Formats: sequence, structure tokens, C-alpha cells
Amino acid sequence: MDMKSENINNNADAPVIRIRDLSIAFGSHVVLDGFDMTLARGEDLVVLGKSGSGKSVLIKCIIGLLMPDRGSIQVLDEEVTEMDHPALDRMRARVGFLFQSNALYDSMTVRENLEFPLRRHWIKLSQGEVDDMVMEALGNVGLAETVDLMPSELSGGMRKRIALARTLILKPEIILYDEPTTGLDPITSRGISDLMVEIADKYKTSSVIISHDMRCVERTSERIIMLIDGKCFRTGTYTELSRSDDPAIIPFFQ
Amino acid sequence: MKTPDQTTRFLQETGGLARFAGRVFTEGLRPPFELSEFLRQCYLIGNKSLPLVGTTAFIMGLVLTIQLRPALLSYGVESELPYIVADAIIREIGPVITGLIFAGKIGSGIGAELGSMNVTEQIDAMEVSGTNPFRYLVVTRVLAATLMLPLLVLLADAISITGSFIGINIKGVMSVGLFMDEIFQYLDFTDVFPPLIKTFFFGFSVGIVGCYKGYTSSKGTEGVGRSANASVVIASMLIFLIDLIAVQITDLLGFN
Repeated sequence: MDMKSENINNNADAPVIRIRDLSIAFGSHVVLDGFDMTLARGEDLVVLGKSGSGKSVLIKCIIGLLMPDRGSIQVLDEEVTEMDHPALDRMRARVGFLFQSNALYDSMTVRENLEFPLRRHWIKLSQGEVDDMVMEALGNVGLAETVDLMPSELSGGMRKRIALARTLILKPEIILYDEPTTGLDPITSRGISDLMVEIADKYKTSSVIISHDMRCVERTSERIIMLIDGKCFRTGTYTELSRSDDPAIIPFFQ
Repeated sequence: MKTPDQTTRFLQETGGLARFAGRVFTEGLRPPFELSEFLRQCYLIGNKSLPLVGTTAFIMGLVLTIQLRPALLSYGVESELPYIVADAIIREIGPVITGLIFAGKIGSGIGAELGSMNVTEQIDAMEVSGTNPFRYLVVTRVLAATLMLPLLVLLADAISITGSFIGINIKGVMSVGLFMDEIFQYLDFTDVFPPLIKTFFFGFSVGIVGCYKGYTSSKGTEGVGRSANASVVIASMLIFLIDLIAVQITDLLGFN
């Protein structure tokens, strides 16, 4: 298996993501304005903010889907803003992204959906190895029996789990979750939050979680960053922030 | 009268489409090539259009023959019917009607498919899965549409001519041999190749417009609907525009 990552420094104490002075605007609308953030190895960090505050923009900048106007984003000790396409692909093989809308390919079965990133990132895999990895990833989310179904045949919660399995199949070191529980009922939402914690424990992944769902935030966060007015307004644990008397923070925890 | 806003939007769209088309060439000519996806698209695009193209072509050939017959009969040149119908089909009706059906069936399909992939973040998901979505989705579809439409037009021409043969034999009697003789007695290179060349441009237009509208569609289900609709409208207009330019060029070169 060609991981293509031998030359990357894996210092255990260094932050896996380091963001400095990140700024991005769409036309005259400034979304992020000098945002700073670090993510320690193995940490589960929630970014909390109002709708339209730039949370999704932030994680799309981290994965290189959007390029910032200014600032630095270091992921696994490499500068994302200076990466060419092959370097971005190598980084993306180590960083998983769970999309808000799941982004499962409608025209492919669950198996083909899961095989897609494997085949595109690591072309030197036998069919047997691919099958094993697909079944392991599906087993992790408890949906091994859906392997030959189409995404349209699955419920919302199952689709989210399959999307998570597709993210997991490359065994990423960091997972970026974009609103993982949005649109799900409270029970399914709780199940997804538990699964996220399980995965973080099992694979020792670091996570950046964008969420509005305070139950999910409480369950999954080790630390929370409040993203307000494009900046890192405050950081702390769920307990610390929930006790805050700052009028900008209180509404989130009510 | 157009407002300045509409003019600006039109110019922006035209510029955007031209840049998008340029990107197809720059990205499409560089490896790695998405050969298996290209072949899959060729199969899907060609196969999906076959029943509709075949049915329409057959009816066009049959109807044209039945409608032209009385006029030719009154001039006493009924025997020219096979050639006149075949020439009209090969030069104009085959390419344009097939092109329009292709725009309706394939252009709208591509616009809606890429539009919904865009809305549901599937294009972003491809990008983070080590795939250049432009090459995987756009280049393959544009190339497949460009190459499949000429083949469909050739097939449509043959089916139309078969329809014409049946049309002639409804009211009269003519053997296959005589029918083919009547056609090939006059038909030559200049009747067949210039129209075939323009179908490559028709196919390219359908592919590029569908991909452009889908790939750049605005978020939301309304955006997907608008992409599919605009793909058909713009591609159909382009087909007529290219047809107009093509006939001027062939006329200038003395092929008419």
C-alpha cells in the first residue's frame, strides 16, 4: 500500500492543524477575519457559531476546497495554501471530510461509493484488499448488510453512517465533520455522536466538528472554539463555556 | 429592450462558457485520462438516446416522403423522390433533428445530474477523494457527447432513409435496389461530409453547455431545475447558430 507519506514529520506533540490569521471574503462579505486555531493530535474540537458565520468555509479551507485571501493553514506540518494538486491529494488521503449532505454518489452502490476514494488514492490494491477494507469500514458503522444497496434505498441515518464509513476507509489521521447530525432525529443523532466518539477512540483520530446540535457538541467535544465575527472569540470546554456570562455565548447554551 | 443587467449577465455567461470550454481542452489533453469513465459515458450517452433518435428519424423519413410525393408528382419527377428525401435528411434534417433531440435528452440530463451533484456536494467529495472532478465529470461527458452525436446522426440518417423507402412503398412500388440506385446516383461526398462535420460541433455544444450549467449551478433544487432547462435552451440555440454558420461556410467553399 503506497501511503505516500514517508517524508512527513509525525511529531507526536505538534498540533496536527495550525491556523493563523485566516481571512476570506466573498465579494464585500467578510466571512473569516484573522481566525486562529490549533488542533492537538487526538483532540476532538468543536467549532461553534451561528449559521453563516463561516464554519463550513473554515473546514473547506482546511481541506483545500477553498483558498483563503490571507493567512496560514498548516495541516500535518504542511502549508495547505502552498500545496499543488498532488500535494493536496496526499494531504486529503490523511484527512477525512464528512459532508453535511453526505455527498454519497447517487449513481453508485454503497460498495462503489466506498471503493471510490480507495481506488483514486491508492491504485495498487488487489480486489481482495479492497473488499476487506470496504467490509471493515462498513462493519465499523454497523451496516455491513447494505454493501450492495444504492444510496437512495437507505434512510437518512444510514446514509450518514455510510458517508462516515467512506470517510473512514482511508484511515484518516484527522476527520473534519460538517454538521454531522443536521437533519437527523434525536435518537439517530445520538447514535452518530456515539459513533464519532467510538471512532476517535478506536483509531486515535483528531477531529474538527462543526455543529449546531448542542447534544452532539456536549457528547463529542473536548474543547470548543466560538467563531464569532470571523474570529476565534473564545475557547474552552463545554462546561466552561456553558457557565460563561458573556452575552455573545449565552444564547448557544440556552 | 434589454436592461444593462441582462446584457452584463449575458456577457458574463458567454465569457464563463468560453473559459469553461477552454478548460476542457487544457485539462482534457493532459494525463491522467479518465478512459474507463469516458467509455462508460459513451455507452450511456449513445445508448440512452437510441430509442428516441431511432423513432423520430423513422417518422421524419416516412412523413417527409409522404408529404413531398404530391408536389413531385405534379412536376412529373416522382422518381427523384428517394434522392430528394435522402439529401434533405443527410444535409439538414438528420443532423438538426437528432441534435435537438440529443440536446433535450442528453443536455438536460447532464445539466440536472451535475447540478444535483454540485448541490449535494458530490463534486467536492470527488475532489477530496483524489479525483479531479472537472476531468472525471466534465471532460469525459463533453468528449462522449462530441463523439456520440455524429454516430447517432449517421444511424438516424439510415433509419430515416428506411422510413422513406417504406413511405414510397405505401403509395407505390419501388424495389430496394432501385431506391438505393436513385439515391446514390446523385449523392456524393459534398452531401455527406460537411453535415457530418457540423454534428461534432453540435455534440460539443450540447456536452459543454450541459456541463457548464450543471457544474456552475446555484445551490438548491431550483438551481438544478434551472440548469437542466438552460442546458436545453442554450444548446438548441447553439445548434441553429452553428447550422447557420456551417451552411455559409459550405456555400463559400462551393459544397452546396
